[in-house]
Amino acid sequence: MANPLLQVKNLHTVFPIQSGEVRAVNGINFNLDRGKVLGIVGESGSGKSVTAYSILRILDYPGNISQGEILYENEDIVRMSPGEMRQIRGARISIIFQDPMTSLNPVYTVQNQLVEAILLHTKRDRKQAKERALEMLQLVGVNEPQKRLKQYPYQLSGGMRQRVMIAMALACEPDILIADEPTTALDVTIQAQILELMQELKSKLGMAIIMITHDLGVIAEMCDEIIVMYAGRICERGTAEEIFYNPRHEYTKGLLRSIPNFALSKERLTPIAGSPVDLLNMPRGCAFAARCDAAMKVCLTEQPEEISINENHKASCWVNVRDTAAEGTEGRQANG
Amino acid sequence: MSSYNPSVPPEKKPFSLQLDPRMFEPATAEEKEQHDVMRESTTFFKDGLRRLFKNPLAVLSLVILGVLVAVILIAPLIVPYGYSQIITVNGKRDRTAANMRPLTYSTLEQEAIEAGQYVFPHIFGTDEIGRDYFIRVIYGARVSLMVGLFASLIVLIIGLLYGSVSGYVGGKTDIVMMRVVDIIYSLPDTLMVILLSVVLGQILGDSLQGTVFAALGNNMISMFVVFGLLYWVGMARLVRGQILQIKNNEYVLAARALGAGPGRIIRKHILPNCISVIFISTALQVPNAIFVESFLSFIGLGVQAPMPSLGSLANLARSALQIYPYKMLFPALGICLIVLSFNLLGDGLRDAFDPKLRR
Amino acid sequence: MLKYSVKRIILAIVTVFIIALITFFAMNAIPGGPFAKEKAPEAAVQAVLEKRFNLDKPVGEQFFLYLGNLLRGDFGISLKTGREISTTIFESFSISAFLGGMAVILSLFVGLILGSTAALMRNKWPDRIIIFLTTLFVAVPSFILATLLLLIFSYVLGWVKVWSVADQNYLLPIISLALYPMAYITRLTKSSMLDVLGQDYIRTARAKGVKDWMVIFKHALRNALIPVITYVGPLTAYIMTGSLVVETVFTIGGLGSKFVTGINNRDYPMIMGTTIFLATLMVVMTLASDLLYKAVDPKISFD
Repeated sequence: MANPLLQVKNLHTVFPIQSGEVRAVNGINFNLDRGKVLGIVGESGSGKSVTAYSILRILDYPGNISQGEILYENEDIVRMSPGEMRQIRGARISIIFQDPMTSLNPVYTVQNQLVEAILLHTKRDRKQAKERALEMLQLVGVNEPQKRLKQYPYQLSGGMRQRVMIAMALACEPDILIADEPTTALDVTIQAQILELMQELKSKLGMAIIMITHDLGVIAEMCDEIIVMYAGRICERGTAEEIFYNPRHEYTKGLLRSIPNFALSKERLTPIAGSPVDLLNMPRGCAFAARCDAAMKVCLTEQPEEISINENHKASCWVNVRDTAAEGTEGRQANG
Repeated sequence: MSSYNPSVPPEKKPFSLQLDPRMFEPATAEEKEQHDVMRESTTFFKDGLRRLFKNPLAVLSLVILGVLVAVILIAPLIVPYGYSQIITVNGKRDRTAANMRPLTYSTLEQEAIEAGQYVFPHIFGTDEIGRDYFIRVIYGARVSLMVGLFASLIVLIIGLLYGSVSGYVGGKTDIVMMRVVDIIYSLPDTLMVILLSVVLGQILGDSLQGTVFAALGNNMISMFVVFGLLYWVGMARLVRGQILQIKNNEYVLAARALGAGPGRIIRKHILPNCISVIFISTALQVPNAIFVESFLSFIGLGVQAPMPSLGSLANLARSALQIYPYKMLFPALGICLIVLSFNLLGDGLRDAFDPKLRR
Repeated sequence: MLKYSVKRIILAIVTVFIIALITFFAMNAIPGGPFAKEKAPEAAVQAVLEKRFNLDKPVGEQFFLYLGNLLRGDFGISLKTGREISTTIFESFSISAFLGGMAVILSLFVGLILGSTAALMRNKWPDRIIIFLTTLFVAVPSFILATLLLLIFSYVLGWVKVWSVADQNYLLPIISLALYPMAYITRLTKSSMLDVLGQDYIRTARAKGVKDWMVIFKHALRNALIPVITYVGPLTAYIMTGSLVVETVFTIGGLGSKFVTGINNRDYPMIMGTTIFLATLMVVMTLASDLLYKAVDPKISFD
């Protein structure tokens, strides 16, 4: 089998600030195959967006990748020159952001911003680029595309802007589309439309998608694989089915319990107690231990390693280790 | 299951059975709490102070201002000269005591020293009519600082009252009050200061004689009046903006729902939340006032002679600049040091207490 | 936009009217009035004054007559020189306008470059040097700065000739006038630029693969300039009042030094005329910068 389209290996991203080093991403690994959809889930500050920005190397100051490799078609993005990197951005890997209200430059028209992306990465001339821009707007379902081209972002609604963002991201037919919480800032009805649009475009254009969200429910049906992140580490990964119906990390369980439409209607929603870990002072052991109901002594001192639950499912939780160990030694008694 | 040997630390092999089973006992709540290495939780104020004291420039300017205030307060107690006192030796006026260089003595003083008398040195020399320049600079700094602080205080009080009423009451009152602010805001302040200083100086005439304000003179009073009339609008806008923003927060609504009166809401909920912004803005008003004072001194509308201010001293020094450049240097350095310190302190306060205020 | 412009223009007219009102009545509040007999040097001047300012009429009427004269460009005559104030203003204003204009251009040009540089090289040595110098410059009153420049470059080093009517060397006056606003614009540009560079649309541009310098020039600078435009109004006001000081220090015969002389002489018609003239100019400049601000910023709603 050929190597995956994108391989992230032991990625560490840090933000050195005055009072120390904010360790936003702490050694994560994942692969993305051509045409697949990968979901990354986690609460705010879990390192989802930083992972996405690391892949495109568009980290905000003073963030930088301190360790690890990001292989795109077997070439390491981390070691690319700025020129090579620009050939990747927008052309091979593109991204759409959380807040369409602020992601478009307020002083330029929609056309200006769309054409810019097209001219940068394709051999089209200005006129062809304009045609392409129009075509893209039609593709993403913007009404009155001719008129919209001439408008400024502030004249468009949120959903419309996100469609423009998607058009811009897909204009050069990238292999990978990173969607960084594309629906969080939108109304619920618009959210569904945008997700539908993305699925539709995926089947039309065949790009791979990295779907970042804090809302498990949003991506359930779309993703081939889901990664659950906490404090810059991957705590669980697997198919959507495994993650939803067989969660094996206490954090994932907590996350599922706090989704309104997922929890059984008669049950109370259970929020995860406590607050996210301080990335400036990462604790030893499992980062989630302090908030975890099932925390054991080992969780406080040792970081759990990722173990396979089955071929479609891996988790990094000491509980699994304990249970496996228990099965190994007491399996007979338990069975008998 | 292998036996556990307490003296051998367990190896980290997650899949092996060599793990210490005791490690898999549930962790207690305390253990979990210790594990959660959160930064010690502090109050907003403490946290701000901590950040302020981590800022070397802010600390330096605090130290400079502290030393300056100490010198200003202590020096007049030590130096035996007055700011308006022409130097005399044993009751005799000494013509040679004018325009002396720093740390030199006049002919009469020299004689007195030779006769065994102690003459306090003229650290910065003397001015053109034989007054000790050091003590004049000290008093000048005192006046400039007082002017700065007092003017800022006036701005603070008026702006705070006006802005909070306007912001809190809202509606038509707010619209009318803000129109007034708009108009005052669009008046060119420096020109109005000049105009009003000219006029008030004439109107007040001798009416201040015998009051505590006499020493400062009409011009300074005019300046305070002008600050009270014009410069408060910026503060009023700031306060109103803050109040409007806070007023609509849920906790204020909650307080109102519980039956809290407007006075209580302003005192308990609104002021504590905008106090840092207001405080920072006031600190930054001080150098502004000192600038205006030195500007007015320059065009001849400053403090009343013989009272010195740093601005008027620097201005007086211009006439003999080539001969006595140091006379310019001392008050000029004084102004720059004070203004710089307040600017840096204000910036430091802003960064420490309200990073969002950066504009 | 139109509604906003009309509103702003009306406010500007009201402001100018209020300035004239304050100026006139403040001057009339001076004991004996601004045209008190003992102030006038000669009976002839006094006679002209009485006629010009309609001193025989009630104060209210005097004001409106004065206002009417102003609109016709008649500012009255100086108590000291007996000359037409309008002549003095227009003669000397060209010098001040040149000086001020150059200072505005210099401060904007250098300030924008330094500010952007500081933002782009944040926390590196160019940023630190720029911020150190600008912090220093905003702490020095303009008359001290002007005097120091004069002392160092003209008297001590002898590099630049002192300004004279015959040899009009504007270099030092322009620099002393421009340094403070330049420092201010630098700081303003830096913070505005940093603010813009942290915006999502900059990340979008980078994610598109736009070259770094294009990100700066196309996407960041235009947005970063918007707050700077709002400073152009206060900037011209600052430069105008600064010119009072700088012209006096360098003994340049512009409107600024004429105004200061007028103040020192208590030449009330001159003070009145110049105040209203300069104030009107400032209001107009502020109006212009506000309108420009609205014009370049499409994201602002015109309510």
